[in-house]
Amino acid sequence: MPLLEIKDLHTYFYTDAGKVKAVNGVSFSLERGKVLGIVGESGSGKSVTAYSIMQILEGNGEIVSGSIKLDGQELVGAGEEVMKKVRGNRISMIFQDPMTSLNPTYTIGKQLMEAIMLHTNRSKKEAYDRAVEMLRLVNVNEPLKRMKQYPFELSGGMRQRVMIAMALACEPDILIADEPTTALDVTIQAQILELMKSLQEELGMVIILITHDLGVVAQMCDEVIVMYAGSICEQGTVDEIFYNPCHEYTKGLLRSIPTTSDVEKLMPIPGTPIDLLNMPKGCPFAPRCENAMKICIKQPAETIKINDNHTAACWMNVKKGIDEGKIVFDNDMEGGDLQ
Amino acid sequence: MSKNSVKPLVEVENLKKHFDINTGFLSTKPLKAVDDVSFSINKGETLGLVGESGCGKTTVGRTLLHLYKPTGGRIWYDGREIRTKEDISYLRRKASMVFQDPYSSLNPRMTVSDIIGEPLDVQKKYTNKNERRDRILELMNYVGLNSEHASRYAHEFSGGQRQRIGIARALAVDPELLVCDEPVSALDVSIQAQVINMFVELQEKLGLTYLFIAHDILVVRHISDRIAVMYLGKMVELSDADEIYNRPLHPYSKSLLSAVPIPDPKTARERKRIVLSGDIPSPLNAPSGCPFRTRCPYATEECATSMPQFEEVSKGHYVACHRVNEIN
Repeated sequence: MPLLEIKDLHTYFYTDAGKVKAVNGVSFSLERGKVLGIVGESGSGKSVTAYSIMQILEGNGEIVSGSIKLDGQELVGAGEEVMKKVRGNRISMIFQDPMTSLNPTYTIGKQLMEAIMLHTNRSKKEAYDRAVEMLRLVNVNEPLKRMKQYPFELSGGMRQRVMIAMALACEPDILIADEPTTALDVTIQAQILELMKSLQEELGMVIILITHDLGVVAQMCDEVIVMYAGSICEQGTVDEIFYNPCHEYTKGLLRSIPTTSDVEKLMPIPGTPIDLLNMPKGCPFAPRCENAMKICIKQPAETIKINDNHTAACWMNVKKGIDEGKIVFDNDMEGGDLQ
Repeated sequence: MSKNSVKPLVEVENLKKHFDINTGFLSTKPLKAVDDVSFSINKGETLGLVGESGCGKTTVGRTLLHLYKPTGGRIWYDGREIRTKEDISYLRRKASMVFQDPYSSLNPRMTVSDIIGEPLDVQKKYTNKNERRDRILELMNYVGLNSEHASRYAHEFSGGQRQRIGIARALAVDPELLVCDEPVSALDVSIQAQVINMFVELQEKLGLTYLFIAHDILVVRHISDRIAVMYLGKMVELSDADEIYNRPLHPYSKSLLSAVPIPDPKTARERKRIVLSGDIPSPLNAPSGCPFRTRCPYATEECATSMPQFEEVSKGHYVACHRVNEIN
């Protein structure tokens, strides 16, 4: 049984301008001991997916349908009491900006101890010892001194370490990291990524890493989900996604970033990011896709298995499959659609 | 500085910018944001400036255009030293700036045509209204905006398009030099590439010279001819873009480059990373001698006592490190 299983998740936000389908039919499952990367641009729904798992959506957002199972236990509709036991204990989260996620008026020690005492039955003394132990684990120097300091006295990298210490204090099964290093400098980012990777191996937890940086994904992740406009375009092992991309958006994304060897021109994805209030009827990427066919505009693509480690939702794969005779022509489709 | 046959467009010698920071009642302390930085930019070239937050790269750009008054040092533009008010207004007609955040650098109450037209008004670059309008449309055309966008407001545009408006505004004065301060870091990856390509095309078309300030080394390497690396207000290395990328000599450049996440899983797995310990010191309490010595794996006593000279070690490759010959 997978540790986390998400099926056909729909999360909508109700705004004055209309209904925003931030997550629109996301399904994936996750085994123990893996690092999963979710990549996508702003508005692709990668953060909202994470917030939906934690059920910490803003007031105007709600999970409309779908299922989120943790170790077989259904979380959607389970109620706040169940979620309180899940959050922090079984699933923890760290956020992009370590300054705004820490309370500026309490010391680091008080905040760490509060989290520990809330989730476990430790006494104050035990919580203090555990907090110091956690600070040591995340390589914070002089942990005893840090316990008495306030967040503003620490650097950005140090604050993010404190956040990680807090998130890991109750030994969660899943750590969701939402752009954990985006606000940090490159050399500090390297420290934090190294720390997360070694803690993941040591504690055997699952990390869901949400990022827009394909470099971070290549370095950290075992598996990757690529999202666009609230749905999953492509999902597979990190090597499959980088070396055998099977969705036009992923291909475009990989062509548009400067790599180590290039000297030639970058190939940007044309157009502008999608407006979630005016979603197209077919594949959401079709308006920006250079190879879009008639069918792409008519209806969204089904997710197709490329191989055991790889699925993608792109009509191009259907066309290729038919051309190669691997897929039998569907009666509903008109011949002219695949052009 | 090197005496090449190409005449540099901009020359900067021992540029200093110190800010006075209040440390208590009636007491201030100088924050050496930029300290003794020397470099030159050739005509038509792109000089990339990289470094981490607080290293002074933005201050270099702003001081270069006299948006901050330099504390010390000299700046020449096209052979003319910039000292008096007249010099500064001459410089401002020749050079302009593109800012990082396309959300806060555009006036929300002005239409696109007024945002782009404002520098034209200030510099009195037109004789009648038609000329002004034509120039605005020409500028919008340069950056890939349609004429129908002219009467809209900034909030109606996406981040990438706003950055295009900012670039059109910077181009309004017909500059030779553009100082671009993190122009693509607020944009999504797929949009970043569009804007980077536009910078390259504009350079070819208009013969622009760029000082391209950014923290993303892969982007800087893609666009730059030469790259300068800064750390805590000092320039530690300056060289040809490929040379510095493939053969960095300063220990800080080495670790900075090895820390960049490479979007290629196989390379990422095989690569040896130099992970620096510790944080960047506060520029208010910069270490004595070499600023990098507190995190440098090769630091010796000499590094604590004297600041290494910024010297040319091979043709066009400048490094400020006492032990550059031993560690490479």
